[in-house]
Amino acid sequence: MSISARLQAEPFEAAAEQAALIGARTDLGAAVSFTGLVRADDGLVALTLEHYPAMTLAQMQAIADQAAARWPGVVGTIIHRHGRLLPGEAIVLVVTASPHRGDAFAAAQFLMDWLKTDAPFWKREEWADGTARWVEAKGSDDDAAGRWVQPGTVRM
Amino acid sequence: MMTLVYFAWVREMVGTDAETLTLPAELTTVAALLDWLATRSAGHAAALANRNRIRVAVDQQFASPGTLLAGAREVAIFPPVTGG
Repeated sequence: MSISARLQAEPFEAAAEQAALIGARTDLGAAVSFTGLVRADDGLVALTLEHYPAMTLAQMQAIADQAAARWPGVVGTIIHRHGRLLPGEAIVLVVTASPHRGDAFAAAQFLMDWLKTDAPFWKREEWADGTARWVEAKGSDDDAAGRWVQPGTVRM
Repeated sequence: MMTLVYFAWVREMVGTDAETLTLPAELTTVAALLDWLATRSAGHAAALANRNRIRVAVDQQFASPGTLLAGAREVAIFPPVTGG
């Protein structure tokens, strides 16, 4: 598969993932790397990502396959972490590469938008005062994912 | 027999992460299943009170209220996703 998905608790190394993706190929003229980080909103102590073990990786790969079908020249790697993460830690990685930059940028944005809305993860925030709360889904994320829907797209 | 699995605040409000139930034969859709589950306990009722905040997957595929349950083995009930 030209875009592969991974799910893991452990940290990832963005530069190493990009290097592994490109390998010895010399026909790729563009590589895009996006890393999502735990942002230390006022008093946030930690973020725990719960997910649906029986579904998550398959759903991530289905999103990756949609991107691969839409941008056939793009290769990529997506990694999503789960478990308890601290401010500053990386949560999600999207790396894409293609002969020209347009497709690499577009596929990376598509992958990130759909990971936000179509992969079964839930974020729980822990605060310095001892409270915790589940993050609410944002309508703006649905809007961002929806702009990619075109006739014939199977929205999962 | 069907396995129900719950995630995030739905899991917390229902009070368990999974349960295996025998469904009444007349339950044919996701919407009917949610209506029936809401009668099982106060926790179920509270978790399912606002259906706009509930999402469902049938056998690991996102579903809608009208999705048919025929042959389904596992139904997951959870809030809108917030990964990424």
